[in-house]
Amino acid sequence: MKILVTVKRVPDPETTIRVKPDGSGIVTDNIKYVINPFDEIAIEEALRIKEKQGQGEVVLVSIGAKVASEQLRTGLAMGADRAILVLCDQELDSLGVARILAKIVEKEAPDLVLMGKQAIDDDANQAGQMLAALLNWPQATFASKVEFMDNYVQVVREVDGGLETVRFPLPGIITTDLRLNEPRYASLPGIMKARKKEIREIAVAELGIDTTPLLTVHKMDPPAKKAAGKKVESVQELVHLLHTEAKVI
Amino acid sequence: MDFQFTEEQEEIRRQVRALCARFPDEYWRERDETGEFPWDFYQAFADGGWLGITIPKEYGGSGLGITEAALVMQTVAESGGGTQACSSIHLGIFGLEPLIKYGTEEAKRKYLPKVLSGEIHVSFAVTEPDAGTNTTQIKTFATRKGDGYVINGRKVFITKARESKKMLILTRTTPYEQVQKKTMGMSLFFADIDPQAVEVRELRKCGRKAVDTNMLFIDNLYVPKEDLIGEEGKGFYYILDGINPERILVAAECVGMGKRAIEKAVQYAKERIVFDRPIGMNQGIQFPLAESYAKLETAELMVYKAAWLFDNGKPCGKEANIAKYMAAEAACEAADRAMQAHGGYGYIKDYDVERYWREARLFRIAPISQEMVLNYVGEHVLGLPKSY
Ligand SMILES: Cc1cc2nc3c(=O)[nH]c(=O)nc-3n(C[C@H](O)[C@H](O)[C@H](O)COP(=O)(O)OP(=O)(O)OC[C@H]3O[C@@H](n4cnc5c(N)ncnc54)[C@H](O)[C@@H]3O)c2cc1C
Repeated sequence: MKILVTVKRVPDPETTIRVKPDGSGIVTDNIKYVINPFDEIAIEEALRIKEKQGQGEVVLVSIGAKVASEQLRTGLAMGADRAILVLCDQELDSLGVARILAKIVEKEAPDLVLMGKQAIDDDANQAGQMLAALLNWPQATFASKVEFMDNYVQVVREVDGGLETVRFPLPGIITTDLRLNEPRYASLPGIMKARKKEIREIAVAELGIDTTPLLTVHKMDPPAKKAAGKKVESVQELVHLLHTEAKVI
Repeated sequence: MDFQFTEEQEEIRRQVRALCARFPDEYWRERDETGEFPWDFYQAFADGGWLGITIPKEYGGSGLGITEAALVMQTVAESGGGTQACSSIHLGIFGLEPLIKYGTEEAKRKYLPKVLSGEIHVSFAVTEPDAGTNTTQIKTFATRKGDGYVINGRKVFITKARESKKMLILTRTTPYEQVQKKTMGMSLFFADIDPQAVEVRELRKCGRKAVDTNMLFIDNLYVPKEDLIGEEGKGFYYILDGINPERILVAAECVGMGKRAIEKAVQYAKERIVFDRPIGMNQGIQFPLAESYAKLETAELMVYKAAWLFDNGKPCGKEANIAKYMAAEAACEAADRAMQAHGGYGYIKDYDVERYWREARLFRIAPISQEMVLNYVGEHVLGLPKSY
């Protein structure tokens, strides 16, 4: 089975994010970048599927500046076979991303596309769904379990208040949720092997599609500063305040 | 001149950092309390192939250099694992150099894959109670017997002998009085730590409780001649080869530990409010931390300069020694200042800095004392007369 996995370069969730004074974006100096954690789960799932089936190919795709090759290299070190980097310096919205991915899917013809349910930078949670619509493929989002049956794939989805089990025939799209798996660490031999694996670069212009964003970010505001906490003397006082001040009980 | 790490080196750092994140402060605090060897940490590093970083590819390793090994060790120390983490894997990462360089093909095929997988631990047994820094005065003796040797003697400060099946042990094979050059007549063996012949007695020490250091009493330990490394009588020279890389690695560990201490102190100094202001607003707190950081960064430069020289086959004795000296000083000072910035809490185990303080102190003494480094610089770099 050929699996295409999307990989987005995002700020490390551990770093402190500051909004630029003019609200036009975030301050990017001195931030570390990582693979979007949900994409990392997608890579892990693809590798497990390949290992379980004893054959197949895991192809990574990222869209962005040349530096995104760092994250692709990490994915290759985890065990993916090769990677594609769509070079694009322009800001994209989810539809632009989905359009580019649709082109890549057309070229690569994978049996399955595994994506993170969202990227932790803008939290849009749209690209997977839009890609499914553009391709007219079935989709299962928020996957917490993936199993292959005779001629379909069964996915357990995490939905509000419970689990939903869906099935679809391949090809299709799965987006991953947090509990699907725990991604592996790249081993040193993995890192060494990754050095020799291919990262093919494609300029976005070559794809011949319109990626002008329909959506633009108008303004960013940092979250409101939390007020200082309060220390209480006793459980009684805590309960009292939760009732009278916080009004939660 | 190029001060940039390669993409692969950055990747190594990222992955080691991620792996270490699985072993938080509490883990190391607990090891420091109980003295239990960090088995799961060790195994995680073995499983990730990290123990084979400098082992040549033909034996299953990755064949990388001291630069990469130093990056790994610095990152491990900086993660908060300190010397407990570093010393648990240190010898696997570098200590086998004499075996790799001078061992027989058979021995290498037999042992290196097992070291790599974490299956066997190895100790390095050089120091003796009656010789100390003056290694040529060692008394442990290997006498030829049949198809091998029989070793008798005592060793002290032998790290990880509790876990190890094997040790690289330096003995005399010709008595000191009978050699023309005092550095001759010593031989290196890759011997079993056979409990029938070797009594391992653990020493209680100031820090790094999870990684044992021991006294060895060796009575009639038989070693087949295949376990002699290289030629009889040349063991001292084989060990000299590994001295510079070891100093580089230790220096990298110091830099990592020092940086961790400063990071903790900075965090604390931002949060701790006294006299209605964060203590970090006081220059009396800020300057020592800033200065320590500057010293650590400078020591780090020397670490990677020495590593680069070594990996490029150039002499690096001066740089490796100076890196070790500066990094050990910077680490001790950083840990001490981090403790000071924490006030009373710095003396309490839950804040971790006292552990770094106890651990960092070792590196002013071992693997070579600061005094002996200065002796080296005075004599071999500055050209002053030998002082001892
Ligand atoms: C925790 C720990 C782990 C260790 N692990 C190992 C190990 O795994 N394997 C191993 O072989 N060894 C190990 N060592 C030993 C370590 O390398 C020695 O302790 C170190 O080399 C110093 O030797 P010594 O303790 O005998 O000091 P000594 O040689 O007794 O020296 C005592 C003091 O005198 C100073 N001094 C001596 N001669 C001179 C001189 N000419 N000029 C100026 N100053 C001088 C020294 O610098 C030192 O400060 C370990 C030590 C420790 C503490």
